[in-house]
Amino acid sequence: MLAKRIIPCLDIRDGRTVKGTNFVNLRDAGDPVELGRLYSQQGADELVFLDITASFEGRKTFTELVERIAANISIPFTVGGGIHELKDVERLLNAGADKVSVNSAAIKNPDLINQIALNFGSQVCVAAIDAKQMPEGWRCFLNGGRVPTDRMLFEWAHEAQERGAGEILFTSMDHDGVKQGFANDALRKLSDELSIPVIASGGAGAKEHFRDTFIEGHADAALAASVFHFGEIPIPELKQYLCGLNIPIRL
Amino acid sequence: MNIAIVKYNAGNVRSVIGALTRLGVTPVLTDNEEELRRADKVIFPGVGEASTTMEYLRAHGLDRIIKDLKQPVLGICLGQQLMCSHSEEGNTDCLGIFDVPVLKFQPQRHEDKVPHMGWNTIETTGDGIFKGFTKPEFVYFVHSFYVPVCEWTAARTEYILPFTASLHKDNFYATQFHPEKSGPTGERILKNFLDI
Repeated sequence: MLAKRIIPCLDIRDGRTVKGTNFVNLRDAGDPVELGRLYSQQGADELVFLDITASFEGRKTFTELVERIAANISIPFTVGGGIHELKDVERLLNAGADKVSVNSAAIKNPDLINQIALNFGSQVCVAAIDAKQMPEGWRCFLNGGRVPTDRMLFEWAHEAQERGAGEILFTSMDHDGVKQGFANDALRKLSDELSIPVIASGGAGAKEHFRDTFIEGHADAALAASVFHFGEIPIPELKQYLCGLNIPIRL
Repeated sequence: MNIAIVKYNAGNVRSVIGALTRLGVTPVLTDNEEELRRADKVIFPGVGEASTTMEYLRAHGLDRIIKDLKQPVLGICLGQQLMCSHSEEGNTDCLGIFDVPVLKFQPQRHEDKVPHMGWNTIETTGDGIFKGFTKPEFVYFVHSFYVPVCEWTAARTEYILPFTASLHKDNFYATQFHPEKSGPTGERILKNFLDI
């Protein structure tokens, strides 16, 4: 049976792991390769590494880091951040990444999704969407949630799928960092409407939140950062718990 | 041990190289006929599209070379699919090592998402590259096309329908899943292949 996936997300700046609360405060949580290997041993199903470095030098450091990850870790990993054009995708895939996630760049230039799918296959293209609930509905935001766009979550997710995205990674800006659970109503609608897998992101604070996003949110995978980085929820304990509820989980 | 990885236009092979390196062997990446024939074992990896990849293999004579290899050969993912007779992906004839077609998943229910992506269990023969496997194990899949269960099925899994997770015939072994991405279980499978 296909297992629901547990995915730790590591934010990387200058080759080191950091994680913000509501994308603002950053705390250092160690070497990405060591942390990735630890998660892999603990039973993480995939890893996501997000490059939040702005400089050209930082991009080079990140590419070298991707090479080290590929050499040392035996589970799939996605990389994101700073992907503006096809040659960024090519550079990261050649460095050994399994998938790339595109966010702002895809909203600014949706054809990027088509190009990635055409050149490397849908399976490498994760469309990451940051959205916030507004009076008019779920609106997509750019640049880590600072800049509103004219795109709405559900229509953009459908368009990303039609253009060839292989997965949707949906982060609720309202839930991220708050640790009160995932945006399950929106997730369920996304998951039920789309024919590609949906990864829930933003809001994990307790084991029950993962249960809820799989059962109520119909998510195919759940992503979290700080609850894993700071040992608040050990992955083996989380997976045992979910397994005990008959949720399909890889132990 | 002399391990060759077939070099062609599909996908990155860094993960395969990394996995072998962790098992203590240093593979060579080559499309040279002599180097491929001389290798103790050959790995035919692949992430990509079937018809364009077949065109590339034919244009470089690699179709003939791979079919004629006598040492143990392991096809991975698209590699397995290309070892079959025909693929619905781009409607192309393939290498024909296994006389079975490659078909596109047809979702039956809404929950049947395609690609089949993630960790799923395999039931194996317990032989060959699955030596020592006594119970279902989780491995990592990413694919939209599948090989039906057939007489060469060495492992099967179920998603939408039961299908072939691994093929074996003579010196040819193949997996639909990615052993190089399947954690310790994948390492056991690669180790078994190296030990054949």
